[in-house]
Order: sequence, then C-alpha cells, then structure tokens
Amino acid sequence: MTIEHRDDTGARFGMWLFLYTEVILFSGLFILYAISLSKFPEQFSAASHKLNIYFGTVNTLVLLTSSLTFALAVSAIQMGRKKQCLRFCWATIGLAVVFLINKYFEWSAEIAHGIYPGSETLAEMGPGITSFFNLYYLTTGLHGLHVLIGATLIAVVAVLTVKDRVTSDRYTLLENSALYWHLVDLVWIFVFPLYYLIL
Amino acid sequence: MSETTSRYGGFFQESPRPGILGWLLSTDHKRIGIMYLCCITTMFIVGVCLGLALRLELFAPGPTIMGAQTYNATFTVHGVIMIFLFIIPSIPAAFGNLLLPIMIGARDVSFPKLNLLSWYCYIAGAILAVFAIFSGGGAPDTGWTFYVPFSTQTTTNVNLAVMAAFMLGFSSILTGINFVTTIHRLRAKGMGWGRLPLFVWTLYSTAWIQVLATPMLAITLVLVLMERVLGAGLFDAAKGGDPILFQHLFWIYSHPAVYIMILPGMGVISEVIPTFARKPLFGYWAMALSSLAIAFAGSLVWAHHMYASGMSDFSIMIFSLLTFIVAIPSAIKIFNWVSTLYKGSIQLAPPMLFALSFLFLFAIGGLGGLALGAAASNIHLHDTTFVVGHFHYTMFGGTGFAFFAALHYWLPKFTGRMYKHKPAVIAWALMFVGFNVTYMAMQAVGIQGMPRRYYDYVPEFTTLNQVATVGSWVLALGLIIMFVNLWQGIRHGRPVGNNPWGGTTLEWQVPSPPPLENFGAEDPVVTKGPYDFKGVVADDY
Amino acid sequence: MSEQTHKAVPYRTFILIWVALLTLTLTTVAVSRIDLGALNIWAALLIASLKSSLVIFVFMHLRQESKLFKLGLTAMLVILAVFIGLTFTDVLYR
Repeated sequence: MTIEHRDDTGARFGMWLFLYTEVILFSGLFILYAISLSKFPEQFSAASHKLNIYFGTVNTLVLLTSSLTFALAVSAIQMGRKKQCLRFCWATIGLAVVFLINKYFEWSAEIAHGIYPGSETLAEMGPGITSFFNLYYLTTGLHGLHVLIGATLIAVVAVLTVKDRVTSDRYTLLENSALYWHLVDLVWIFVFPLYYLIL
Repeated sequence: MSETTSRYGGFFQESPRPGILGWLLSTDHKRIGIMYLCCITTMFIVGVCLGLALRLELFAPGPTIMGAQTYNATFTVHGVIMIFLFIIPSIPAAFGNLLLPIMIGARDVSFPKLNLLSWYCYIAGAILAVFAIFSGGGAPDTGWTFYVPFSTQTTTNVNLAVMAAFMLGFSSILTGINFVTTIHRLRAKGMGWGRLPLFVWTLYSTAWIQVLATPMLAITLVLVLMERVLGAGLFDAAKGGDPILFQHLFWIYSHPAVYIMILPGMGVISEVIPTFARKPLFGYWAMALSSLAIAFAGSLVWAHHMYASGMSDFSIMIFSLLTFIVAIPSAIKIFNWVSTLYKGSIQLAPPMLFALSFLFLFAIGGLGGLALGAAASNIHLHDTTFVVGHFHYTMFGGTGFAFFAALHYWLPKFTGRMYKHKPAVIAWALMFVGFNVTYMAMQAVGIQGMPRRYYDYVPEFTTLNQVATVGSWVLALGLIIMFVNLWQGIRHGRPVGNNPWGGTTLEWQVPSPPPLENFGAEDPVVTKGPYDFKGVVADDY
Repeated sequence: MSEQTHKAVPYRTFILIWVALLTLTLTTVAVSRIDLGALNIWAALLIASLKSSLVIFVFMHLRQESKLFKLGLTAMLVILAVFIGLTFTDVLYR
C-alpha cells in the first residue's frame, strides 16, 4: 500500500534545521557568557587562568581530528570503500572517548579543588568567578552530553554499515550523523577560546 | 446504525495494523492529526474548567471557593495547560498535520516517524505536567512564566513542570522541522510558492519560529532546573547571575511563541473567509509575505513584557518602537480580510461566523496590544487584569475562535459527516456574547487597577468581577453546546460529499474522509491558484 | 534526482582543511598569550568564526548544497544576531 518515498536532500535539510535548534540552544549559554564577561572582565580572566590550558588545547585537537576522521568516513562510503569507512567510524568513536576521558580528569581535578556549582569555595571567590565556573560547568557539561550522544549515534551507524543497511548509495544516516558530529566540533571551537584562553 | 458499517470510512478504516495499535503506531499524518486533536481538545476542556474555577473564586472579595495557595496553583496550571498543551499545538499540530500534506498535494509529511515521535513527546509532556500537579511539594504556583527568583526558591513541584514544558517544546520543534522540510520538498507538481494556500504559508512561518525560538526556552528551563538541583545560580544575583536575564531568555522564546499561536489561526481565517465570501483572497502576496513578516518582526519585540522589570530605558525605547512595527503586517492581514469580504457573496455558515468574530475580537486584542506596547501606558497597565483580558482577546478570541472555525470548517471533511447548523449558530452566539462580557469586564477592571494573579481584591472591583464571572458561565454554556453538537455531528451527522462548502484548495477534491494516501494512484497536478472559485460549487448534504 | 547525492570529496581536501584548523587552533592559543586588551576576545572570536566556516563549508558539505541550505543558515544567524544584539541594548545601557 505505502509507496516507497525517498528524499535524501529533504533528510539532510531536516538535519540542518535540527542543527539550528542546537545552535540556538547553546547560544542561550553564550549570551549569558557574553553578558557576564562584560560585567566581570577581570574576574573572568582570573577564573580562566584556573583552567588547565593543556587539557583544553589537547581536547580541541582531539575533537578537530575526530571531525576529520568522520568527514573521511562519509567520503569513504560515497566511494564504496566500506572497510575504510568503518575504520574511520571506530577512530572517531575512539577520539570521542579520549575527549570524554580528558574531560573527566579535568573536571575531577577542579572538583577536587572544591570548584563546582554551589560549592563553598566557589562562593568565597566572589560573584564574578562563581558565574564563570557555573557557565563553564553548564556549557562543557551540555557539550559533553552532546559528545556522548554523538558517539552513540556513530556507533549505531557503524553497526548499520556492517549490516549493509548503510551503503554507498544509501548513506543519509551516516551523512546526518556526520553533520551532528561536526556541530559538536563547532560548539567546541567557540567554547575553547572563550573559556580557556581569556588573558 | 447499519449504514455506518457499509459506509466508506477513508483513512479511518484503512490501516496496516488493526485496532488501537493502528492509531498508536500509525505514521499517517491524518491519524496523528486526529490523535493530536483528541488530546488537545481534552486539555482545552480541563483548562476551561480551571479557568471557570478561577472566575468563580473572583466572584466576591476574599476566599470564596479556594485559598491563596490553591488559587496560585490553579492559575499556574491553567496557564501551563492552555499555553503549552492547548494553544501552541492546537492549530499547527492538529490541523497542520491533518491538512498540510493534502493542501500541498503530498501523501504525507517528510518525516512521518518523527511526526509520531513528536506526538509521543506531547503525551510525555502532558503526563509530566499531570504528575507535577499531584506529586512532590504540590502543584507549581509560579504562573506559567516560571519567573526567577521565585521559581528557583518555591517548594512546589516546579522541577517536573519545567521538564514537562521542555518535552512539549521538543515536540513543537520536531513538528516545526517536519513542516519546513515538507513544504520545501513535497509540493505536488505545479504547486509553486504562489499557489500555496495561505494556511500553508502561515504554517511555514510558524514552523520557522518553532525551529528558531523554541530551543531558547529549552535552555532557559534547563538553567532553572540546574539552579534548583545543582545551585548553578546563573539567574541568582548573589552568584554573579542576573534574574532579568531569565526574563530576556524566557521571552525571546515566549514572545515569538504567541505568533506560533496566532499565525496558524490567521491561516485558518484566510481559508474560511474566501470560501464563504465566494471571492479570491484579496492581496495574496501581501498576505503570504505578511505572515513571514509577522514571524520575523515577532522575534524582535520580546522585552515589551519587561518594561517594569528594571531593564534599561534605552532598551524600553527600542522595544516599544519595534513592538509597533508588528502592528503593520497584522493590520495588512485585517484589511485584506475585510477587502476580501467587500462585495463578496457572503454566506453566514458556522465556520464563517467564527471567522468574522475572529476579526472583531482579534482587532480589539490587537489594539489593546498597542496600549500595552507603548512604554508609558504599559507602566500603568502592567500586571493588571487588563493584560489578562488583552491576551485572552488575542489568544482565545483570536486563536481559540480560529480553532473553532477550523473545527466547524474541516471536521466534516475528516469525519465525512456534517453537524447541525442551528445549534452551532446558537453556540457561537452564546460564546461571542459570553466572551466579550467576560474579558471586556476584565480589561475594564484592569484599567481601574486590579492586579492580575490575586485571589482577593478591594470591594470597589466587585461589580465588574461579577460581570466577568457571569460572562464566563455564558461562555461555558456556549462551549458545551458547541462540543455536544460537534460530537453528535461526528457520530450521527448527515454524510457529506467531497466539497460541502465549495472550497477550492486541494483537500476539497479528495473524498471525505480522505483515503490513506490522500490521493489515488496518481499524484495530483496543480494547474491553478488556491482561491479560484470559477465553476466550484458546494455539494449538497 | 541528480541533486540528491553529492560527489565524494577527495581525502586530500579534508586533510588540508584539518591542517588549516590545527594551525588556526595554535594561532588562537598564541594570540591569546599576547595582551591586546579588549581586542583579545575579538581576535579569538574572529579565528573561531574562521574555523567554523571551514568546518561548515567543507566538512559539512555546505559548499555542495543548494541555495536553500545557505539561506536557512543565514536566517538562523540573523535571528541569533538579533537575539544577542537586542539583549545587549538592555545590558549595556542599564
């Protein structure tokens, strides 16, 4: 009864629309960041120095590389190289895991110093620094959640590729997860300088 | 009735799965639309009952049927239900789903599974909202706006209510994504942008707002939740936050959201008026583009809800100016509807009566909006019942009456049966009178200075409050007659043909109710504009 | 429909873009260590925008998509700018 309908461009466009919603979602936090920064420039700078710039830089490099590997995965499936595509998928997931482990150590170090939302130590540091760290935890937390979701999505797509449900002429799912993954990267491209690099 | 079984049942009978699963797992846009319609109507009735209780409490000064805390909880739940569970999804999710694909000559929306998911998100949101009322520290008492700092400090169950609104927002986003993609990708052959029915244009504008504004509500609510759960005080001045920023972020969504509510209603009116005036819609492109203009301009004006919040005077000036700009595309619409009526051969069928009263009520609501949009008069009227009256004029008199117009206009199409006209007209008359008595009295007492959201008031306000309460009874009586009449029409009404009203858009060319894939084996090809009445006659029924 | 799928982008292009992204990352770190006052934040945002356009146009294949996709993105960015800009009319002049 149902007539098979397929519209890859439509599916991609739908995904882009979804990404707009994600951008606006994060932009709420960025607006709050911008306002707090204009209110507490010195405190933000002081707070930023408490973050470990090496963690931040390494994570940026990891995430950029994972974006590369997943972009390559899309090219690979388009050229019909299934094995290569899968290797790229696993590499991307690996890098995502590295990112999250890094994040875990970074957060634990800060929490060990008593810096977390609602903590006493933070309250003693004054409103500017408190606001920086609240924003920091919420933004990187929301971003980390997206990394987790993205990695899960990639794993699902990889399994579907193994089962030949994603193939060289039907790969919208892979392409759309790639779009999602690049968005996660995009957000981090802004998070990194705004939180780790304020002088 | 024996004829029911032998009668043609369209999509009601055709389903890949039998029984209730055929509905709950259906990805057919019409079935999802009907499911939305049922839930939304139920929610509306619940909301009306709460509203009546509020009016009853205000019948006399002092506690009448409830105390302060119950009153606070009641208006909060009334607001949350009416806004998030009724008005926002009412026309786009229910009638949008039912009609959009048929109107553009498609067999379904672009993402049917996502469409079903959005319905489940709606249900999840509804269930969370109900749990919020009956669990934890009691029903939330913040008002539907969840303003901080109260919402982060009250002991009532704000957490669940906030999560409910989040889920409903997600449902709304999915619908928006679906509609934008559908309108871009699935128009039938010959269905150019200049041939889209106006209802589709308004759904298109609405869908863009749903996509671009709703996430802001999501993040705001998440932040309130985080503040309550983790103490991440982004809206807490003691922690370097700013409570006014909550209002900014909240209204960045919630003002555009009133256009999510009203635009599809305007679309309905743009369909109903030409059909019953037997005339093409006046100024097609002006109407189409003014929908987009309203959607865009509506995103620029959110802070006119915040003149009394302590934000900067400069900002108040900017937002006051921008607010007046929204009046331009809205006025274009009103004038074009009136021009469509001019020298038309007007038939006062029930949908038309609702559409005409929409014009009247929405114009009053819109003009009241100007009084509130001007910073000077706003300071006087801020947080009075004038505001409550104003938004009921636009949201209930506007969207609500458009919703009733849509029910009377399209239910025969989707159920294949016609309701009785005489009770429909009586119901309309009662509602129209009751509505004006209720909310005009509310506006009047607001101008005199009665604040909103108070369960008690000084004795001077008694008369007008009693008038409003009596009006609410008339309104309720009208609603009861209308729903009973529609229900009987669905059950036992006379069967109708394809085109009971003589409409020209594509949905009137398919059987009533439409078959599963809307059009037969062949896709439709569109050769003329949406309001070409030449040679179109209404079927007898 | 011919517009449904894109031609595969060669690996080389992606790798070049990746090298550019890494270079820009190191640049932004380096620039941030020089005290430019308020310019620091604008430099950081400029580099981040540059990086994100590389990601959007190449990694996300926006280059190959139709006008509709580009218009959509523009609409989103305009609305975003409006949200941020109008909020600042309050915060800056309070």
